[in-house]
Amino acid sequence: MNTPFKFEIDGIEIEAQRGQSIMQAADEAGIYIPRLCDVEGLEPQGSCRVCVVKQNGKTVSACTQPAIEGSRVENETEEILGYRRDLVRMLYHEGNHLCPICEASGRCELQAMGYRLGITQATKYPYLQPVRPVDASHPDIVLDTNRCILCGRCIRASRDIDGKHVFEYVGRGIDKRVGVNGSMLGDTDVELNDRAIDLSTCPVGCIIQKGRGFFAPIGERQFDNKPITLGVGPGKEEGEA
Amino acid sequence: MDNSVMSVCQRYANDRTRLMDILLDIQHDLRGIEPATMELIARQLGITRVEVEGMVSFYAFFSSHTKGEVVIRVCSDIIDRHAGGGGIAKCFSQELGVPVGETSADGRFSLEYTPFLGMSDQVPAAMINETIVTCLSFEKVRQICSRLKEGLNPGDLVVSTGEGNNSHPLIKAEVNNNIRHTGEVLLCSLPDNAGLTRALQCRPQAILDELEESGLTGRGGAGFPTSRKWRVAADTPADRRYIICNADEGEPGTFKDRVLLTERADLMIEGMTVAAYTVGCEAGIIYLRAEYAYLRAYLESVLQARRDRGLLGTDVGGKHGFNFDIRIQLGAGAYICGEESALISSCEGLRGEPKNRPPFPVESGYLGFPTVVDNVETFCCAARIMDRGGVWFGSFGTGKSTGTKLFSVSGDCARPGVFELPFGITVRELLDRAGAAEAAAVQVGGPSGEMINNSQFDRRLCLEDLPTGGSVMVFSPRRNILEIVDCFLEFFVDESCGYCTPCRVGNIFLKKRIEKVRKGLCEMEDLDYLQELGRTIAMTSRCGLGHTSPNPVLTTVRNFPLVYSVLLKEHGDGLQASFDIQSALEESRRLAKRRSMIYDPNYDEV
Repeated sequence: MNTPFKFEIDGIEIEAQRGQSIMQAADEAGIYIPRLCDVEGLEPQGSCRVCVVKQNGKTVSACTQPAIEGSRVENETEEILGYRRDLVRMLYHEGNHLCPICEASGRCELQAMGYRLGITQATKYPYLQPVRPVDASHPDIVLDTNRCILCGRCIRASRDIDGKHVFEYVGRGIDKRVGVNGSMLGDTDVELNDRAIDLSTCPVGCIIQKGRGFFAPIGERQFDNKPITLGVGPGKEEGEA
Repeated sequence: MDNSVMSVCQRYANDRTRLMDILLDIQHDLRGIEPATMELIARQLGITRVEVEGMVSFYAFFSSHTKGEVVIRVCSDIIDRHAGGGGIAKCFSQELGVPVGETSADGRFSLEYTPFLGMSDQVPAAMINETIVTCLSFEKVRQICSRLKEGLNPGDLVVSTGEGNNSHPLIKAEVNNNIRHTGEVLLCSLPDNAGLTRALQCRPQAILDELEESGLTGRGGAGFPTSRKWRVAADTPADRRYIICNADEGEPGTFKDRVLLTERADLMIEGMTVAAYTVGCEAGIIYLRAEYAYLRAYLESVLQARRDRGLLGTDVGGKHGFNFDIRIQLGAGAYICGEESALISSCEGLRGEPKNRPPFPVESGYLGFPTVVDNVETFCCAARIMDRGGVWFGSFGTGKSTGTKLFSVSGDCARPGVFELPFGITVRELLDRAGAAEAAAVQVGGPSGEMINNSQFDRRLCLEDLPTGGSVMVFSPRRNILEIVDCFLEFFVDESCGYCTPCRVGNIFLKKRIEKVRKGLCEMEDLDYLQELGRTIAMTSRCGLGHTSPNPVLTTVRNFPLVYSVLLKEHGDGLQASFDIQSALEESRRLAKRRSMIYDPNYDEV
């Protein structure tokens, strides 16, 4: 059962263990598959769809789809890149992402993904411009869900690592958002050193730590000089001074 | 309040997986689930308040504020709209003094739209608490309202009941079956329990072989071979297995399961029992959509009668060691729960979001155990196959789509209703039977299916050509195709669970652009935009909802190109047709309180 097997990503043969997802196998082989909702250390959930690949011709999310022996996976084809651009654009247009005034600018994975995919100007989609109140009730943390991309990383980190379940999805469809376990964040038992609040958890500027803004100067921020890729992704905090 | 909430939770043994039932009961008792109540439920079940909030905010029939004593839900699907559903809602609003979407100040009435009631053959329809009222006219609405205002219980609104079991004392609904054609498999007269009797004399392996020979495929529309599903569930090693009947018939335009639940409940349960015996399962669930709550008491009585006859419970049908029983799980207003893994989530007391696959439900479904989820009609067919044999069943229909199929026909036709006909009949044959001589467009398979034009009516209804779960909506030349498309997109926007990006966001963009097309503000390039966006949504979404939600646009662009082209503008002046410089400037003018010198030289005339 535990014998490794081989499959192909964009024509490159790589090895995988039984039970591994396409993403896990690709990571180990040093092949980067773009992602936003998936992050090392948390259960993959396959919701942002940015890691979409074709496995034997069928589109699947690489973070949740098991690798199949002898399969052919398409990752960086024009078709797949087109889908990824559309998905990242959708996330940009769903929320309010004003990079110049955002504290997360330069270490934001959404922004970095936009650059990586070559999205450098206004896109064809309409802006939805949500108007949700900013929750600054907590002494150390600000929650601005207008910038949320619903990746659910804070939800999983709080539930599975912190053992607290501070965050959870509420609402449905376009009204779906991240809710907190209380009327406001200040009512919850969330703390600054929770994994859910760690800079590596929120990929955008939705969860902000008070009193710690703009800590890296422009030019030295996480993604200023290198694109988002394997090893420069979340959790590494290379840009941190 | 504390006590009533606690006693509801205790009724379900404080079991977190029964959160649907707990919330349904509390919503019923308190008419709402407010934050303080969520807190109580959470404490009682040992979960967090935000989890309860996640549930309450997911299902349309739950509310975080207190609803009226009487909740009126007017059906807003396209067939109801065409029959004047909008006017009906307005009439309710005027008579009761409640705007649509609100609750009256005295707390007596709430009025809202609901996406689909399953009554397209007797429109316009509404649901008043759990009571269904059909074929509404202004006069009828006025009568209903005056009786409600006198304090009449909604259950007593029914004056005349429909045919068949609709008159059963436990149903007593003014719903009609409208069975227009009786086929030889399901709607004909049937022997009692013959399928189960024969099945219990066979080995499970033989039943699977018989089923495979019949060629039976899932009646929900996807067409997966039923025998393969059952076989995987049977072959997956597990301590427990589950059988779930999907009675969450939510695809607009389909209502045939309503008729089966009313007239063939025994057959359906018989089929579930055959499945349980075949895969080795002791517990089953009927997931009944909230809109069909009026059938619940009757279905409970059918289950009880079968228990009394020894056809459910221990040693079912006298078969030593075969124990099987069924509970009914009521839904709470979510189309997505018709998707099998979302349905399982809902049964587990979770938000009705689809699960990641693999693992597939047949390997790891309800509570992590192998689970067979089949449509009402599929279970009915399985019971009949056990009685008459796979070869007999396979003699109806086409190569890939065997058996007969129930078609729900609605819209612009003289005889809307349910038709049981062999798979493979042409659209034209069905239209002729339904008296739809002037049909100009037919939506096959509901909003997630395909809209075809009148040059395509010789296409066949089967997996090889036009697959359908049964919904067939007929539109006359008087109907506005783009209004229909817009309505379907509104449905998908409202019903997307929001889990994945393309379905949550992309469908909104599709709808916004179709609105622009309808206003004549688009140009040829917008067709490319619609098709590219639709393709991204279909290709990258996580479940069937997103895979098919662009179909209203994609199939009408293909089959009704002229409808679009007459609305698309040429842009000769170098400006986008969708960009109206005058209205764009209007707000600035208003703020500046002066005219713009650049773009409106004729400001005085504007």
